[in-house]
Amino acid sequence: MKNVDKPVSLKSARTLQLTYNLPISRTSKFWQGLKEGKIYATTCQKCGKLHFPPVADCGDCGASDMKWNELDGAGEIETFTEVIVKPASFSEEPDYIVAIARLKEGVRALAWLTGVKREDVKVGLKVKLVAKVVSEDRVSYEFTPI
Amino acid sequence: MGHSRFGDRSDVNLSELSFEAVHPSLESSGLTAKEIPYMAVGSMGVWSEEPLPAVVIAEYCGLTGAGLVRCEAACASGSAAVFNAYSAIKGGQVDAALVVGVEKMKQIDNPTIMEMIGRAGYYLWEFENFGMTFPAYYAVHAVQHMKTYGTTEEDLALVAVKNHKYGSMNPLAHLRHEITVEKVLGSSVIAWPLKLYDCCPITDGAAAVVLASEEKVKELGVETPVWIDAIGFSSDTANLSKRENYVGLDASVRASRMAYRMAGVSPEDVDVATVHDCFTVAEIMAYEDLGFCRKGEGARMVREGETEVGGRIPVNVDGGLKAKGHPIGTTGVSMLAELTKQLREEIKPRGRQAPMKNYTALAHNTGGTGHYCYVTILRR
Repeated sequence: MKNVDKPVSLKSARTLQLTYNLPISRTSKFWQGLKEGKIYATTCQKCGKLHFPPVADCGDCGASDMKWNELDGAGEIETFTEVIVKPASFSEEPDYIVAIARLKEGVRALAWLTGVKREDVKVGLKVKLVAKVVSEDRVSYEFTPI
Repeated sequence: MGHSRFGDRSDVNLSELSFEAVHPSLESSGLTAKEIPYMAVGSMGVWSEEPLPAVVIAEYCGLTGAGLVRCEAACASGSAAVFNAYSAIKGGQVDAALVVGVEKMKQIDNPTIMEMIGRAGYYLWEFENFGMTFPAYYAVHAVQHMKTYGTTEEDLALVAVKNHKYGSMNPLAHLRHEITVEKVLGSSVIAWPLKLYDCCPITDGAAAVVLASEEKVKELGVETPVWIDAIGFSSDTANLSKRENYVGLDASVRASRMAYRMAGVSPEDVDVATVHDCFTVAEIMAYEDLGFCRKGEGARMVREGETEVGGRIPVNVDGGLKAKGHPIGTTGVSMLAELTKQLREEIKPRGRQAPMKNYTALAHNTGGTGHYCYVTILRR
């Protein structure tokens, strides 16, 4: 193949901006709960499986009869990282630690770990998963050290 | 088979890049474009402008009218395309098929690429609020592997050093310079503890292979056919938080056991392998998950040179994703192209030709963080 010395490209005049609407009707209690400072999971009424993140349908047994359970939030860090090079939509954020912890109810959660420096984070660190109000129309949840 | 030069290929568009792989693959197969009844394309394609890559490639390469499909299995899209075409032949619907892997990633900016790949887990629970990135998904594996088995950042660096060594010997590779452990350890942190040189580059590239039935291969008089003995596959949860541990990829374990069983071989029979080293820790986990060593001994394999040419199982002696580059949907097809050359003992320079005992090779291709996995066993 012939090599082109200096690549020439046409800058496309057509720009695409995508903002998805995320349907949360069937798990709205979870998002409502965050506003009230609560972390909810769902339990399948047929097979008893506890689901976090919460689901409206049970992939294990196929039932769609779920009960909402508030989680205590206490858990232990199993692994973590600190994100330095960020995705475009997070470019304004300071570096953030993402951790996966096993909660005392037996399910795991992935969330930011705040209030601690990365150098002080260890596998086994005791944490609590807590609800967080980011702004008027935006809620999330995060781990904080106990 | 055919294989473009990997790298920043801003000199060509998607179709032209595909042609660089398609044209030699057809020439070497003895079939013309018009004689190809089916083409499967492995491509994610969100970084380039064409939403229907299979259609534009078919038109450009003279295959219009053939059955077409684009396969998505994230970084394993290439293997998914191979499996798709293989199944069409196995099922007797066609006697030959072309598989193309192609990706043009350099057409958009890097933060947007980080965004698109970071979203490729469970979007709502991992990205929307937490901005996971691909290095971050593998970094959480590195942290637990290091904690559990004593693997060190130096061990991870050794994988990069090895793969750059072979990349420097591969004229088609993206990164063709040798590096040192110090250089890896001193490179900037991307997602702690993974550093720049622990990560594969963002790469453009294409690869193509022609698959054919046994009968068709005889009819064409192919001199040294290479056979697909088995394709094993598996998957894992979208949410990393739904997995039991982060020291390996269960999908790799399941897919490889399936492939070994189908082919009637064991890991000891493998003469050469390509494994999915999108990050250095991924190669160490792959050694273990594929059964090349016991769990927790992956770092020892690289420390003792067991995966170098001349070692027990040479791995990624084409430079791997790490140095050859990882054009997402291309990788699975590129692995088969490389292993075909290895099995035919046609590798030049000879320094990266693996010695053949059983003429058996293995390709391990994962998509996402072990979300998808395909293990293909080839035999000459």
